[in-house]
Amino acid sequence: MNNGDRRRVNGEAEEDDDEDEGNEDLDAWERAYADERSWEALQEDESGLLRPIDNNTLYHAQYRRRIRSLSSLATTARIQKGLIRYLCIVVDLSKAAAEMDYRPSRMVVVAKHVDAFIREFFDQNPLSQLALVTIKDGVAHCLTDLGGSPESHVKALMGKLECSGESSLQNALDLVHGYLNQIPSYGHREVLVLYSALSTCDPGDIMETIQKCKKSKIRCSVIGLSAEIFICKHLCQETGGSYSVALDEGHFKELILEHAPPPPAIAEFAIANLIKMGFPQRAAESSIAICSCHKEAKIGGGYTCPRCKARVCELPTECRICGLTLISSPHLARSYHHLFPIVPFDEVSPSLLNDPHIRLPRSCFGCQQSLLNPGNKPSLRVACPKCKQHFCLDCDIYIHESLHNCPGCESFRHSKSAIAGEE
Amino acid sequence: MASAPSKLYADDVSVLVVLLDTNPFFWSSFAFPFSKFLSHFLSFLNSILVLNQLNQVVVIATGCNSCDYIYDSSMATSPSIESGRMPALCSDLLQKLEEFVTRDEHLGKQDSLGPTTSSLLSGSLSMALCYIQRIFRSGPLHPQPRILCLQGSSDGPEQYVAIMNAIFSAQRSMVPIDSCYIGSNNSAFLQQASYITGGVYQKPQQLDGLFQYLLTVFATDLHSRTFLQLPKSVGVDFRASCFCHKKTIDMGYICSVCLSIFCKHHKKCSTCGSVFGQAHADVASASNLKRKTPET
Repeated sequence: MNNGDRRRVNGEAEEDDDEDEGNEDLDAWERAYADERSWEALQEDESGLLRPIDNNTLYHAQYRRRIRSLSSLATTARIQKGLIRYLCIVVDLSKAAAEMDYRPSRMVVVAKHVDAFIREFFDQNPLSQLALVTIKDGVAHCLTDLGGSPESHVKALMGKLECSGESSLQNALDLVHGYLNQIPSYGHREVLVLYSALSTCDPGDIMETIQKCKKSKIRCSVIGLSAEIFICKHLCQETGGSYSVALDEGHFKELILEHAPPPPAIAEFAIANLIKMGFPQRAAESSIAICSCHKEAKIGGGYTCPRCKARVCELPTECRICGLTLISSPHLARSYHHLFPIVPFDEVSPSLLNDPHIRLPRSCFGCQQSLLNPGNKPSLRVACPKCKQHFCLDCDIYIHESLHNCPGCESFRHSKSAIAGEE
Repeated sequence: MASAPSKLYADDVSVLVVLLDTNPFFWSSFAFPFSKFLSHFLSFLNSILVLNQLNQVVVIATGCNSCDYIYDSSMATSPSIESGRMPALCSDLLQKLEEFVTRDEHLGKQDSLGPTTSSLLSGSLSMALCYIQRIFRSGPLHPQPRILCLQGSSDGPEQYVAIMNAIFSAQRSMVPIDSCYIGSNNSAFLQQASYITGGVYQKPQQLDGLFQYLLTVFATDLHSRTFLQLPKSVGVDFRASCFCHKKTIDMGYICSVCLSIFCKHHKKCSTCGSVFGQAHADVASASNLKRKTPET
């Protein structure tokens, strides 16, 4: 089935190439439709409903490339990650953000993906904090303080979506530096600038500001929406961040989500430390107490700080009374998969697939989907290098992107003990 | 499932993935015999299939040394082949179950490490989630999946990270994990799983009435649950246990690099090998808090 789909996708690509030459006298907007021929990819099912476009194999190839580049970075078995992050997102709301090359405008696209990013960020980094800063009329404003609640950040951003004036990188960096400089030394300080403008209008010497950020160990990354700018590149190089320019909306989304998993920890950037934390128990459903965060009497729910016995509504948080960081063990467990990543699966080579002497598994170990093509030929599949089980491409993506467990390794006791023995 | 997209799934059609604990160490030492348990269980599966003609049941056996699919109602043989004595569901399932138990026992014998008494819940949970992802992929209209763990043996601490990973993945794809724990103590893993994913955790008091428990609590589809008063969680223990002594603690030290939990201050992290600075971290964060105004 998969093979058939790929053939179709390839066939379409060839057709498009042929037609490109004839398209020269079309207007740009016409060409956009003539090239893509997006209607041809649509399919109907038996009842006449439109089926979603199936570009599985292409998507999977993309994903393999990504995971390979990730695993080549993390070749060492025990990589240290900066799991406690303090990130400032700087959103450029200068007049360049009103450009319509992204539809409906850069600003709206940025806001949409920042929303998704914030949720993903807190999902992957439950102990981290985030702040939002905007640049407008050459001045940087702090939209939200460093905090751990995704809702409040998203709400603040959506309420302030208007753009005007010039953009100023220096003002933004100065403001962010002021915030990040006071966080505890074990935290990783990061800035992510989403820059629409092609210039920066600064009150002083921006090089000095960059050096100041470097000294404070703030890792600055920039995603540009228009073109590469020297000063942004320089900033990222100096502070150890990454600089990228988005080609289109899909690319922008990919680039921003790359910042969600914790970056490898750089030893001199954050000092390892033991942090004292409390694990409060959930209060009984019927108890009444005044919570210290909203200062309201509440029935049931809530957690009690083990040190000062103050009541808080949500975890993770810092106790308002004694300053103890309060978390629950699942919050810690959410981050453990960054530390014990599963190895990328190997593609089973076509020569092995076509060898009639080798008996291959007929179905995916994870989801039981048949791994045979309509002609009873074995289809494309991947295998876990540890447990040697075969998986379909969809399971491969799910296992690496969301589950973070290999079902094969987890469901055999002796393979598990063998792995434990190796380590 | 290839023919599925054309069916019109209402909001009360469900796919139930049951994780069946077949741990021989547990069942041999347990007062309630496995055969009796199975008869309750099979009646329950039949009732699920009868409740809605489009309902689907998948059974994954959680063994001591391996896990495997033992029944899938969407792939079941047509009823005409059923052997005169037993309905197809029972004969199919029982045959596969027997094969599985023999294989599992065989695997255990090969293993030189002495008997382990916990079941491989992490494995069957991961498989169930992969299966459910396949249902999500089957089209925009798909039945509502949920997982039911029928667990008896105690938790295996070495599976903690894997089980938590599976729980978070289930939470992200909004798949509730129900758990019916028939062992003697409560299972902390399953309590957390049900609490985090919004499922039901139930520990039947009288196993003779197991079928009734299963039918009243776990047979309802997700849509109907909103109208029912299902058992509420009594209280989930979210305290952590420290890595050094495995003690349950309510206050402890966390390594800032790898988030390992310790009950005392150490000079070096035993998990990631980072050397720690001074113990004033908590003081620093407290003074920081004062500098920031707490009012937002």
